[in-house]
Amino acid sequence: MSTRDAASSEQRLYRPPVSLTWWLRKPSYLLFGLRELSSVFIAWFVVYLLMLVYAVSSGSAAYQDFLDLSANPLVLILNVIALAFVLLHTITWFGLAPKAMVLRLGARRVPPGVILAAHYAAWLVVSAVVAWVILR
Amino acid sequence: MPETITIEVWRYRPEQDSEPAWDSYEVPLRKEWAVLDGLNHIKDQLDGTLSYRWSCRMGICGSCGMTVNGEPKLSCSTFLTDYAPGPVRVEPMRNFPVIRDLVVEMGDFMAKLPTVKPWLVSGDDEPDEDAEYLQTPVEMDDYKRYSMCINCMLCYSACPVYALDPEFIGPAAIALAQRYNLDSRDAGAEDRRDVLASAEGVWACTFVGECSVACPKDVDPAGAIQRYKLTAATKAVKDLLLPRGAR
Ligand code: SF4
Ligand code: FES
Repeated sequence: MSTRDAASSEQRLYRPPVSLTWWLRKPSYLLFGLRELSSVFIAWFVVYLLMLVYAVSSGSAAYQDFLDLSANPLVLILNVIALAFVLLHTITWFGLAPKAMVLRLGARRVPPGVILAAHYAAWLVVSAVVAWVILR
Repeated sequence: MPETITIEVWRYRPEQDSEPAWDSYEVPLRKEWAVLDGLNHIKDQLDGTLSYRWSCRMGICGSCGMTVNGEPKLSCSTFLTDYAPGPVRVEPMRNFPVIRDLVVEMGDFMAKLPTVKPWLVSGDDEPDEDAEYLQTPVEMDDYKRYSMCINCMLCYSACPVYALDPEFIGPAAIALAQRYNLDSRDAGAEDRRDVLASAEGVWACTFVGECSVACPKDVDPAGAIQRYKLTAATKAVKDLLLPRGAR
């Protein structure tokens, strides 16, 4: 084949279009989309937390306003959805941890299940400490 | 078991078609026949114009990757009987431009691969020609899995991140970089870092995990990528906090 033939056949490459519904083709693709989306809700929780800190530091009237806002059904619904997304984000993140962390004890590799369990244990401990600080 | 099975093949003939089309063929259904044997039967007996790549017929050469009933597969290791009574739909690998029928253009991967320096980089400026570089079985275990890659591209075909962001270096190239990074005889990790730790490197990956599902050699490219993310993050923190000598 001459160089010209090669060049002209190259120009006729077919590029299959990416379908608009590719993310519905597999559960893992859908999960990938949802996880990307979860970042928006994580950002909302950060904003919400900052609002809380600001309200607490601005006195009891501001704090009461914040509580009223939080009791608004729309905000409540938003927060429930956001919580679901944050849980999805956290659980998938933990699921990834044993892949990222390859720990060795001597010549033996720490089993992935142990690393995963350690993450959940740490989550539990931190949650318990936070609950204790708030509820005491 | 029925006597025959229908194979529907995605056809694109650049000299005559502007759009791809489907062709159907009846082939004998035999217990020992892989999809590739069906295609060879079509090419030999029914339609000599069909184009596809293959060589070893035993899952070694990595040239027969295709999309079989929507999944990325090596056509020589995917058996027709698993799809009985059929039809079996055979398409080119996804996420690559198509040259003709089932033959895809892989120039993109070929251009990316050398950027991660997939070879042993020597630490010595003047290595001793006669020196032996010994390695224990435990050290070999660190990278052996990643060395099994046959460059079949099924992982790229399965990856939605690569579909959306063609700049992504991709699963196999990163797994191959890790194959050398984790080799006790290699001193090239720092050379590979700029490419691997970039936005087009490991950080483009959002852990869909389909590359590791698709891989016929159990390379686990998704694992290789996540592992390097931790390495890259640790290195970045050390660079920030520690004085040069202590890194
Ligand atoms: S990592 Fe697996 S799927 Fe990807 S090219 Fe290598 S062998 Fe093929
Ligand atoms: S023909 Fe070589 S891997 Fe299938």
